[in-house]
Amino acid sequence: MSAIWAIATVVIKELYRRKDFYVLFVLTALITLLMGSLHFFSDEQVVRYLKEICLLLIWVSALVIAITTAARQIPAERENRTIFPLLAKPVSRAQVILGKFLGCWLACGLALVVFYLFFGVVSAAREHAWPLASYFQALWLHWCLLAIVVALALGGSLVFAAPSSNATICFAVCLGILLVGRHLNKVALGLPEPSQTLLYAVYFAIPHLELFDVRQLIIHDWGLIAWPVWAAATAYAAAYTAFFLLAAWLVFRRKPLS
Amino acid sequence: MPSPHLVLSLLLVLCFALAAWLQPRQAAWAGSHAEASSLLELLLGDSRRLFASHFFTKADIYLHSGYYPSIFDAQDVHERPHITQQKGRPDEHEHKVGAHAGEDYGFFGPPRDWLDRFSRYFYPSRHTHLESGPGQGEVLPWLRLSTWLDPHRVESYTVAAYWLRQHLRRPQAAVELLREAWRANPDSPEILFELGRAFADLHDDARARNVWELGLRKWRAQQQARQQPDLFVYQELVGCLAALEQRQGRNTEALRCLEMLKAVSPHPAAIQKQIDKLREGQH
Repeated sequence: MSAIWAIATVVIKELYRRKDFYVLFVLTALITLLMGSLHFFSDEQVVRYLKEICLLLIWVSALVIAITTAARQIPAERENRTIFPLLAKPVSRAQVILGKFLGCWLACGLALVVFYLFFGVVSAAREHAWPLASYFQALWLHWCLLAIVVALALGGSLVFAAPSSNATICFAVCLGILLVGRHLNKVALGLPEPSQTLLYAVYFAIPHLELFDVRQLIIHDWGLIAWPVWAAATAYAAAYTAFFLLAAWLVFRRKPLS
Repeated sequence: MPSPHLVLSLLLVLCFALAAWLQPRQAAWAGSHAEASSLLELLLGDSRRLFASHFFTKADIYLHSGYYPSIFDAQDVHERPHITQQKGRPDEHEHKVGAHAGEDYGFFGPPRDWLDRFSRYFYPSRHTHLESGPGQGEVLPWLRLSTWLDPHRVESYTVAAYWLRQHLRRPQAAVELLREAWRANPDSPEILFELGRAFADLHDDARARNVWELGLRKWRAQQQARQQPDLFVYQELVGCLAALEQRQGRNTEALRCLEMLKAVSPHPAAIQKQIDKLREGQH
């Protein structure tokens, strides 16, 4: 466990040394504050559009941070040849995968806390309310989604040749699932056999990232999700994360490093 | 080899000469951005109409507090947003949607599988409207953005004005918005109708009558020659004028308007009753 934690802390330090997070946070804050400075018919109570824009920027930023951080971890170690001393510690390949995953995931968590804190302050400035439990659920579910994304990008970094191609494919897959994942069953029902069964199988097989997107509930103050449902979503994310990490380890354990 | 400074100067002169020669020609090309009247038009071109339409739909989504079908669900809402129905235009889809609202599943229909059922906990899945209580102004930012992006989208102005006047009780703000709309769309009877309503709410009956009468003239100029004229605005204009004349005791004018309304109304018997009542009152 100490080896995994040691690798993870290096990844976390890398996040705050790099400029990605700061740039994305400043951009999010600037655009949100700029939009917040607009007054529509001098109504000071209007806040939902601002929450929507801020959350959209947070989602885009979090995806960028998660995918780009995870996609470059193992290729960078191989390129710099630091993977050899790392594995000679001795650290097993499974520990490398788990350490890299934990580091990326915790780094994303830290970034999310800062982003959601900013979101909470902006919302409270207009709404004069702190629905902390709702924000916690939204942040947690968002973090669960990032666990799946980080595991997917780590696995992809062992399959695809370059971090850039891996990142592009991960972005396409994540956005595709977020946009149409929920509707694949409806599309499938309109198709003839065997396309219907095939598409329905894809619908059940893919990780439904959109489950973790509760922005509409937050924006329109729909209240809390039932805690058992929230826990079930967490378990769903854990299962897919474990699956992608296991797949990554299966690829990595037989992969030549030179 | 000539001096690099000389070559640089020569190139600079050449660039300047070419720019001076090309600029008037570029301005004359069809589709040139030189004619763009605003920064948004210059940056987005005609795509701003798409964004304007998207933001109008966004206002409808906010009316439902995020509960909204996708393009894979009920199509009727996309064709006729509820926010337009709210403004009063009768709609053949209203009953259908109302029937959906009465059920538990709304636009989305019953869940198709366990994953579908589970996913509904994570997005709004109950039909509500922002008709009362706090948050009624939440639709306005999207409508305002829609008007900025496409000033010729009359519906964005009229819905925003209706919302300001009816739900937020701010007829003066509605008048200001509609004046801007009128400048961009001087021939729109819909804007004139809505402007008259805002004046009527401000108890400025003389102005209300003037803009409604102008609206009627504009409507006749545009629609009368058509095979299937848009009778809704005409009915609204004539109906409001009749009510105004009646309120001011100008019964002859009111009767004239009611006769015009009866000719196009889907419920002529009800209008005839009003006419009879008014005639009885005259005697």
